[in-house]
Amino acid sequence: MDVKKYIASGILELYVSGGLSPEENLEVQHYAIKHPEIQEEIEAIEKAILRLTAAASPGLPENGFTSIRSELDDVIPFAPSASKKKTPWIHYLGWAASLIFAIGLIWVYLENQDLKTEVQMVNGQKQQLEEEILNARELVADKDAIETMLNKLRNRDITVIPLGGQTIAPESYARAYWNKKEKKVYLDVQGLPDPPSGYTYQVWSLKLDPLTPTSIGILDDFVSNETAIFELSNPNESEAFGITLEPKGGSETPTLEQLYTLGAVGP
Amino acid sequence: MAVNIDTLVSQFQQKDKSAFEALYSMYAENICGVIHAIIKDQERAQELCHDVFMKIWDKSATYDTSKGRFFTWILNIARNTAIDELRSKAYKNQKKNLQMDSFVGILTPEHEMNIDTIGLQSLLKGIKEKCIQLIDLLYFKGYTQKEAAEKLKKPVGTIKTRIRACISEIRKNGGL
Repeated sequence: MDVKKYIASGILELYVSGGLSPEENLEVQHYAIKHPEIQEEIEAIEKAILRLTAAASPGLPENGFTSIRSELDDVIPFAPSASKKKTPWIHYLGWAASLIFAIGLIWVYLENQDLKTEVQMVNGQKQQLEEEILNARELVADKDAIETMLNKLRNRDITVIPLGGQTIAPESYARAYWNKKEKKVYLDVQGLPDPPSGYTYQVWSLKLDPLTPTSIGILDDFVSNETAIFELSNPNESEAFGITLEPKGGSETPTLEQLYTLGAVGP
Repeated sequence: MAVNIDTLVSQFQQKDKSAFEALYSMYAENICGVIHAIIKDQERAQELCHDVFMKIWDKSATYDTSKGRFFTWILNIARNTAIDELRSKAYKNQKKNLQMDSFVGILTPEHEMNIDTIGLQSLLKGIKEKCIQLIDLLYFKGYTQKEAAEKLKKPVGTIKTRIRACISEIRKNGGL
């Protein structure tokens, strides 16, 4: 190793400043032991820094080391020697107490861990139960809704009108349950495909002579309606019902090229 | 030097008060000087100087040679204590125009009363501002070589060669 180059690198100045890592410090020490020139150089650098820092000193604190020494004495722990000889068991008492305390701590810790696990389990069960209750409630609600719907459809005032698929969608079908008395139409649209995005189905009540369509509703939530049964009000003296595909928001008049299903009210 | 520092340090680490006293008389002026150069308040520097030596005593077991020279280790404790003081709120409230200027800040008329102004000025004779800044960062603010390189936006190699040149000038000025 080139000692001169090593010294000239400036690493020793950094070593004295404390600017190196612990590994680098040990490396410098290793070389210093091997090469006395390096050791001498370190001491010379340190001397320069000592000179510089001492020149900045405002003078030593009053009483200098005396006041430090007195504080050092203060820190000496208790245990006067006289009582030490008479009652040695008192020391064991301390140890025993701390041992019991430590065991107690460990016990409390373990107990606490157990409780935490239990709380977690109970929480898990609680969540599960809550979910089950929610599901059950939904089922009951669904069942209620279906029963209500069935009752409505079984009403003796209901007229059933099958709507058949038209040119654009021959496979599709729908069924209208019309309660004239209550002026309500229940529309079962299970047989219609999902509308493309940006479009919606619109339901029309038709008078045939002359052909006069009146919109009775837009099936906006077609995709999200799970039962596929829509309840619409219909105050008209309808002679037929038709469903067309219209741009979202519906149209003033039906787009007849997009007529999906159509059915006439029976005599 | 008549006394061997390594021996003193190991005695001190075994809580030998006389060894500690010897180390105190060797380094107290330096430790007080560093603190003063950082906080620039003579009275408070003396109080902190006392505190730092108490810390050194309490922490004696934590020193080992991976931390560098013994002086480097206590220098570090002194710097940290002084910088904490600077940052502490109490100090900010007391002195509003606080700034982290370099150690030569003590060379102003209000600080000059007790310090060895002539000694300091002669050591710093002809020294460039760049050197003052670098000496301040490395020895008085405790920057590592990497931190100093980042702060001055210079490569680590430049930091090393520059500090070498700066300390050489101080040594020349001091006849060391």
